[in-house]
This record gives sequence, C-alpha cells and structure tokens, in this order.
Amino acid sequence: MENYKFGTAMKKLAIYCKKYYFPIIFAFALSICGTVFNIIGPDKLSEVINKIAEGMMLPTGIDTDGVLKIIKILIILYGLGFVFNTVQGVIMATCTQKITNKMRTDISQKINKIPLKYFDQTTVGDTLSRVTNDVDTIGQSLNQSIGTLVSGITMFFGSMFMMLKTNWIMTAAGVLATIIGFVLMIMITKKSQKYFVRQQEELGRLNGQIEETYTGHNVIKAYNDTHREITKFHEINDKLFESAWKSQFLSGLMMPLMTFIGNLGYVAVCITGAVLVQRGDTEFGTIVAFMMYIRLFTQPLAQMAQAVTSLQSTAAASTRVFRFLQEEELSDESGKNTAIDTIKGNVVFDHVKFGYTSDKTIINDFNLEVKQGQKVAIVGPTGAGKTTLVNLLMRFYEINEGSIKIEGVSTKDLTREQVHSMFGMVLQETWLFEGTIKDNIRYNMHDVSDEQIIEASKAVGLDHFIKTLPKGYDTILDDKTNLSSGQKQLVTIARAMVLNAPMLILDEATSSVDTRTEELIQKAMDQLTIGRTSFVIAHRLSTIKNADIILVLKDGDVVESGNHGELLKKGGVYADLYNSQFETA
Amino acid sequence: MWKILKKLKKREWSFVFISLIFIITQVWLDLKMPDYMSEITKLVETKGSKMIDIIEQGGYMLLCALGSMFASVVVGFLAAQVAAGLARRLRGEVYEKTMTFSMEEINVFSTDSLITRTTNDITQIQTLIAMGLQVIIKAPILAVWAIIKISDKSWQWTAATGVTVAELMLFLIIMIIIVLPKFRILQTLTDNLNKVTRENLTGIRVVRAYNGEAYQEEKFEKANTDVTRTNLFTSRGMASVFPMMTLLMSFLPLAIYWIGMYLINDASAPMDKVQLFSNMVVFSSYAMQVIMAFMMLIVVFFIFPRANVSAKRINEVLGEKTKIHDGNIVENNQKSKGTIEFKNVSFKYPDAGDYVLRNISFKADKGETVAIIGATGSGKSTIINLIPRFYDVTEGSILIDGEDIRDYSQDILHNKLGYVPQKAVLFKGDISSNIMFGENGESLTDKEKAIRVSEAIDVSQSREFISKMPKGEDSKISQGGTNVSGGQKQRIAIARAIAKNPEIMLFDDSFSALDYKTDRILRSALKNRSHKVTSIIVAQRIGTIKDADRIVVLDEGKVVGYGKHGELLKNCPVYLEIAKSQLSEDEIRKDM
Repeated sequence: MENYKFGTAMKKLAIYCKKYYFPIIFAFALSICGTVFNIIGPDKLSEVINKIAEGMMLPTGIDTDGVLKIIKILIILYGLGFVFNTVQGVIMATCTQKITNKMRTDISQKINKIPLKYFDQTTVGDTLSRVTNDVDTIGQSLNQSIGTLVSGITMFFGSMFMMLKTNWIMTAAGVLATIIGFVLMIMITKKSQKYFVRQQEELGRLNGQIEETYTGHNVIKAYNDTHREITKFHEINDKLFESAWKSQFLSGLMMPLMTFIGNLGYVAVCITGAVLVQRGDTEFGTIVAFMMYIRLFTQPLAQMAQAVTSLQSTAAASTRVFRFLQEEELSDESGKNTAIDTIKGNVVFDHVKFGYTSDKTIINDFNLEVKQGQKVAIVGPTGAGKTTLVNLLMRFYEINEGSIKIEGVSTKDLTREQVHSMFGMVLQETWLFEGTIKDNIRYNMHDVSDEQIIEASKAVGLDHFIKTLPKGYDTILDDKTNLSSGQKQLVTIARAMVLNAPMLILDEATSSVDTRTEELIQKAMDQLTIGRTSFVIAHRLSTIKNADIILVLKDGDVVESGNHGELLKKGGVYADLYNSQFETA
Repeated sequence: MWKILKKLKKREWSFVFISLIFIITQVWLDLKMPDYMSEITKLVETKGSKMIDIIEQGGYMLLCALGSMFASVVVGFLAAQVAAGLARRLRGEVYEKTMTFSMEEINVFSTDSLITRTTNDITQIQTLIAMGLQVIIKAPILAVWAIIKISDKSWQWTAATGVTVAELMLFLIIMIIIVLPKFRILQTLTDNLNKVTRENLTGIRVVRAYNGEAYQEEKFEKANTDVTRTNLFTSRGMASVFPMMTLLMSFLPLAIYWIGMYLINDASAPMDKVQLFSNMVVFSSYAMQVIMAFMMLIVVFFIFPRANVSAKRINEVLGEKTKIHDGNIVENNQKSKGTIEFKNVSFKYPDAGDYVLRNISFKADKGETVAIIGATGSGKSTIINLIPRFYDVTEGSILIDGEDIRDYSQDILHNKLGYVPQKAVLFKGDISSNIMFGENGESLTDKEKAIRVSEAIDVSQSREFISKMPKGEDSKISQGGTNVSGGQKQRIAIARAIAKNPEIMLFDDSFSALDYKTDRILRSALKNRSHKVTSIIVAQRIGTIKDADRIVVLDEGKVVGYGKHGELLKNCPVYLEIAKSQLSEDEIRKDM
C-alpha cells in the first residue's frame, strides 16, 4: 500500500474533474432539493394525521378537501423528489463514466510515454490494477459516495434544523441517544478493522499457496509433495476461517445496531416529549413530527459513515492513479528535425558508457564501427550486457556518456520514432496478441498486403503449418490455439520481415526453435540481411558462425572480437565456449 | 447450488435450525414494537396519563429493541460460522481435488480458471450463505407474519399494500431483466480491457520498436469505449432504483391515510372511528415492514445469479473424474532396478484427432542414458510426460523395473523418478527446501539431508552462485523463484532431482538454459557419481546427447532413427540434418 494524504489526493481528484464542475454542482443542487422535499414530507404527513384526528370527533366529519389538498401537495413533493434524485443519479453516473473513461485513456497513453526503466521496477500486475481496480474504485465512489454524502449532510442538517426549530430539549434528548449508539458503532468498527486486515492478509497467503502449487503442479506430483502441500493449505485455510467468520460477523453487526440506535432515539424522544406535553410545554403534534425527524436524523449517519470509508479507499486509489500519471515522461522531441535521407547501415559506437542506475555501470567504454551490410554477433555469459547494447541502439535507454551514430548522425539528434523505424527487431520473448495470425504479422503496418504476409510466412517456413489450420491465416491466436513456442517465434520473425526495415536486431530470436527450423529461418534471415546491417545476440554459436564481427562480451567490456576463424585460432574465451559444445561429458 | 448446500454438516444444519428460532423471535419482537409505539402514542395523546406509564411502555419497547438486536447478533454469529465454515470446507475439497488432477484435467479447466474457482467463486458462495441465512429466511417470515397481522383490519388497506408490493416487484424485475445481463457483459468487457492493457505492458519493447503506440492506444480506446458505454447503461439504469423505492415507500402511507380518511368518515359510531384511526396508524407501520421484507429479498435476487454460476463452476471441479488411478504395487521391492522400456507406445490427446506419438519403442538398462532428439513439435516432451503418468498412454505400455507403470501406486512410481521440467519451477522457501523437496519414502536425519543437499549443489554446478548469496543454502527463494536467474533456477531444479537419489532421471530439455560449458561439466559430474542412475534426456543440442548410449530420433511422432551418435550420422538422414545445422563438416566426418 502506498502512502497517501487524504486531502491532497482528493484535491487532485477534484482538479481532474474540473471539466465536470457544472453538471456535478447541478447534481448536488438537485440532490439537496430532493432531500429537502423528503424532509418536508413528514411535516406535511403529520398535518394529515392531525386533520383526520381532529375531524373524526367533529360532527361535520373530516375536512376531506383540506386533507386531499395536502395529499396532492405531498404527491407532487414526493414525485419531484423522485425526479430530482433520479436525474441527479443519471448526471452523476454520466460524469463518473466520462471521468473514469478519460482516466483510463490517460493511463493507457501514459504507458507509452514513460521510460522503460519504470517497467523494469514495477510488475505488470501493478500497472494493470491501476487501470482497472483503482479506476473502478474511484468510479464507484464518485457515483455513489459523493451523492450519498451530499444528500446525507442535507438530511442531517435539515432534520436537525427542523427539530431545533420545534423543540430544543427533545432535540438534545434525541441527539444524545444517537451519539451513545454511534460511540458503540465506532468501537465495533475499530475492532473489526483488525480482522478485516487479517482476513485480507490470510487471503493473500492462501492465494499465493494456490497459485504456486497449481502452476507447479507437475513437479509437486512427480516429487510426491502433494500431501505436504495439502497440509500446508489446510493450515492457512483454518486460519483464514478464524478471521473470515469474525470479520463477517462484525460487519453483520452494523445493521441491527443501526436499527437499535433508531429505536433508542425514538423512545428517548417519546419520553422527553411526554414529559414536556404533561408540563404543558409543547403539543402532541410535535411528538409525532419528532418521531419522524429522529428517524431521518439517524438514517443518514450510517450512510455517511459508509461513504467516508469508501472515500478513504478512493483517496488511496487516486493517489496510485495520479502518481502514475505524474511519472516522469520521455523527453519531448517535437523540436527535432534532423533527417537521414538514405540509411545504408553504417553504425558507430563511440566511447559509450551506460548504467541502468547511476551507481552501477554496465557498459564501461564501448567502441565499435559497423560498416554497411555487416553482420555483428554478440556473445557472452548472462549479465555481460548483450541485451543492454541493443537497448541502447534502439534508444530504449539514454546513454550516459559517448554517442551512437547512424550514418554519422548521433541518435540523440533523431527522434526515438525515427530510430525505431530504422530497425526490425525480434526478441527472445515472443509477443503475440489475441487476434488473427494475419493481424499478428501485420501489426500496425496497415499498408502491408496479404501477399506480402504470405510471402514472409513462406520465407520462415510457417506457410504450410498455417494452411493446415482450419481458418488458415484468419485463425485467431488465443490461449486455446496450440502454437508451439517455436511457431510463435516464427510469427514474430515474419512480422519483422514484413516490416522491411534497413537494419535488423535479433535478440536471441531463435533460441526457442529447434536447430533445423533455426537453419531454415537463418536462411530466410540471411536472405533478408543481404546488404543490411544486422545485430545478432545468440546463445547457440552455430547461428553466428558466418558473422562478420563476433564480439565476446564480459562484464560490459569486449574481451575478444573478430570473425569465427580468427577467434578459434586465438584459442581464447570464444574458442573455449565453442569447443565445449562438442566435447564429450 | 443445492449440491453445495448438501455439503453442510450436521453441526451447521443445527446452527441453521437455531438461527431459524432466533429469526422467528426477532420477527416477533420487531412486530411487537409497533404495538408499543401505538400504546405510547395513545398515552401521550390522552390527557392526564401518568408519566410512569409512558416510561413503562417505552421500557418495554426498548426491551423489544434490545431483544431484537440480541437475536440478530446471534443469527449473525451463526450465519458467519456456517458461511465461513462451508467456504473453508469447499476450498479444502476443491484444492484437494485439484491436487489429484493430472495434466489432462488441468488442461480442461486451465490453471487460471482453477485458481479463480478455488478463491473468488468460493467467496461468492460465502457471501450468499451469510446474507441468505439472515435475509432469505427472515424476509418471508416477516412478510407473511406482518400480512397476517394486518389483513383483517381492512381489505382496502391490504389491497393498497399489495399494489405497492406488486409495483415494487414489477419495477425490480424489469430492472433485473434489463440491467443484470449487462453486468455479465460488463465482466467480459472488463476482461478485454485488462487483456489489451496487459498486452501493451508485456510487449512494451516490441510496441516501441515498431512505433506501435498509436495502434495500441487505438485498440485500448475501443475496449475503453465499450466498457464505458455498458457502464453508462447500467449505472444510469441503477440511478432510478433507490429514488423509486423511496417514492413507493412514501406513497404507501399516503395511500393508507387517504383510504383511512374515507373509512373513518363512513364509520357511524365514534368508538369505531377511534378504533379505525388507531388501526390506521398501526397498519401503516406494519405495511412498511412488509415492503422492507420484499426489498430484502430483492437484494438476494441480485447476488444469487452470480453465486449460482460460482456454484456451478465449483461443482464442475468437484465432479470431474480423475483419469489416472493408483495401481496395486505399493512397495518398492522390484528385483531389477532402474530399467525402463517403451513398448509400442502411441499417444493422442483426449478429443484430438491425430496421434502425437506412434509406436514408440526403446529400452534403457540400469545406468544407461537414452537421449531423445527431434524438431520442435515432434513429441519429445510428450514421451517424458508419459513416464510420471502426467498422461496415460493411449496404446502400448511403459515398463519400469519390469512392471507396467500403471500397476504402481503413483507414490511408488514417483519415488523411482527424478523429473526436471523444461521450465524450472521453484517454490517459496529457501534453496535447501527447494532441493529437498517432497517426500520420497525415505526418512533421513537432518545431517543426512544436509549431506544430500550439499552433494546435489556440487553436482548441479550450483555451488558457485549459491556460495555468493549472503545466506548460502538458506537464502530465500521468492514465489516462482523470481529472485534467481533462469540458468540458476534450472540448476536448482536439477539439484532437486539429484538430491532425491532416484533410479531414473528425466530431463525434459533441462539443459537448454545453461551455456555449453556448464552443460558439459554438469553432465560429466552426473556421470561420475558413484550412484548409477538411468537417464532419459530430451535435448535440442547434439553436443548434449552425442555420448548417450542410445539416441531416439523423432520426427512427427515417429521413431526415424535409433542408435549411437556415430551410427545415426551414417544411417539416419534426419539426424544428419540436425547435426549439420549445429556441427561443422569436420566434426561430423570425425564422428562418423
């Protein structure tokens, strides 16, 4: 849970809703009017009773016309109350939806505007829950709590006003009884909070256990760990039961308690009223009216208590949302207008220094000159900085010192968009989305024809497989379609082929396909890379034997470089790595 | 739903019964209160009535209120006990059932869905039961009792109440018909919104590399608009619910007084008039109780459909028949140990048309290594999955130590095997708890365990990185092993299989996350152990398998080559092709 200040969070939220101030205030006004009608109601109703009571003993009978007149007024009042409250609800609902819609759009756009660094530090689930859970929480409480709060406050002060106007002693008695009840309620809420927190924690532990054992199901089975896991589960489950029933019970206490408070206030008013009537200080009608007001008075208190609690979670949610929206964005590049006419593929790394955090340098002093059409392979152990180099080339991160130049122009002078468009990129993690195979290959390149897509699929050897699928290229890829990880990779390679960018980056692109398929892809790739500069990170050294330059990286430094033959002859790290794949164990 | 309720135990049924008694008491007290109210009203109205009488009546009323509160507290306690108790039992049952599932059944439901069924769905049931016990039972009793109490007063008033109830029901039913289905659609739309966002987040590097930001945003906007439109519909619809209820509840007393006025006017005797007046006041407060009862019921109608769907989903899990059953051999006393043989094994996934494996036969004796190689999708992993009975063979049989694996109890079978999956799985705990994982039928002292762990760490080449960790073997592993790298995870998973001291090790492409050098050292360390173990290795690298005793070459589920590296290079074209893609001409010629 992130820290938050209730006031600041609500203020930010209020500023965010600026555009809707007018309709919201109008809704508030309607809500106040509607509530006022409901407060006047009992007053009028007691007039009806009084008229009937008076009239029934008179020989003339009841003043039906008089009563009917009041009833007509009441019908109009209640009817208006209904209309006002409904309209208020509709307005609030509309504003809320518009606001939350905008909030989601803002978050979605923001995702594409902040540095990748942010996502290295946060989980997908965290950002995701801001888009859905947090925004939903805000929406719900805007829709309900604020309206309730407004009508509640009106009701509270309105009935208080009516009571005070009529008789202050009885008011004091009623309010006192209510306060006693409320102290009780607050005590219970405080106590139950503890169990709610505990319940939430234990639920979290239980979910963790379930998730872990369901996903690791195979291993648990193969190692006969089922019994132990079940015992562990029951332990947590039993603890959850304890806190679950307690919090369920305590939250269930609210309703009966509220009813009791209402009754207590009622009796208090009656008794004080009776004393006053006997003393001749007031009349019977007062008591009747009071009995209704005390109900109106206690009723909104519970609603308001609820609204305040939900506003608290709103504050927490909007803190999270606004914190995300205020994350530092990538630098604005609208001022840049450098352009490179033809990209041939000359790339220079000039004394590049970089670290993801300022205290830890990953790339110390990297220099490299790549000529047009060369194939550059980067090998080395995990953590050597292979992927980092690619990230810098794509300008996913900004380098600390030195520069990267394409055709002699520093990438810093180009927009990120320009840099991205120079490279086709295939990553180790295959990224496909729910949609047809065709859409997955085409992605955002709208001008690519179906023929080009089929051609690319043929080139990577995917065409045959796709044709065996019931719907061919229009088969929708989702959880149910069984594409092997190799086939998924082929789709992303086809995507990069279709893009037809001047340079290529393959970051462990073929590590999840088998070597035979890999060779097929390799051929296709080689075809594609003719005359194009390409950067290849590879695990399997067979993939890169034909590279023009092989860089062996260790701890951010190039320890060896040269072509396959040269490096083997040298008998250093590369030769060692390469030979180890043939040695017998 | 009913099936779920049957799971309540005797103790809980007695709780339900006791709460029924308390609910009746509560309704009785609630309905008694208006009597005292009218008594107080009368006393206050009557000139010269004594103060003490009013206090007395007020006292009674407070007693009723206290009693009613006490009763509902008791009911609330019992309901919480029953609901949370049932939830605990259901959760336990679903969990235990899921743990008996094989891969086949898990795939039927998918892991995500099973997780939701064990958590959220059961919470839904708990909420319904807790609410249900307090409301479903109470509402009808309250309604019927209140109606009985007032129905003899005047049919006109009763009719007015009836009309109001009918209007209320009609309104709410219309709302349920129009709005409720939209809530379900909303769920799907929200899922979709989630999906699109997740897509953007997980593929953020690709999105940026392709300058696909606008494309993603457009997609998101569409999902966002869909959600908003449906949300607008439901929340605008719901906006009228509470005002409507207020309206109906305000109109009812109005109608009663209106009718009452004429009734009183028509009555001739003054005493009748007074009686009618008092009836009228009491009637209106009872009528409100009737309306309240119906409103309570409506709330249940709103949550019932969801809980019912949940109940169905839970029952699906509990009713799923497990297809893998234990055999009769419960002791590990087979004469030959560490042999494994595939005899004409064919396999196809349930409901699938085509076979994944056809007529697979091979054999490994104690201490031998059999390697399986083939293209992606050729069925290599499936062979491994058949051995611990994650799936059962469709035709043919697999023999371990001379017995069909289906004749063993699963515990005994698993004790013979050390399985290392393609994707290493680590569990929350520390490194040694991950290595000494599960029960393998041996009882070891702490010291013996420590020796096992230490040996496994050495053999699996994990010593280097583990010794660098601040707490060594006791270093914490977070859920899913997110705090160690892929290669480290894989080595811990291999250590786990070693520490178990199995007869047969199964490596499902387990070396691919390691670099060649570590791969080679690890395999030679395995080979040089004093404990002779049979190994089945699935691999993609020729280097990993070329020294195996036998190599099975798979192509589209069929064996196309069987023999040693040198032989296969000569007589198996598929193998030669794979080799060519990885080795140089020289090396191949040397091996031939």
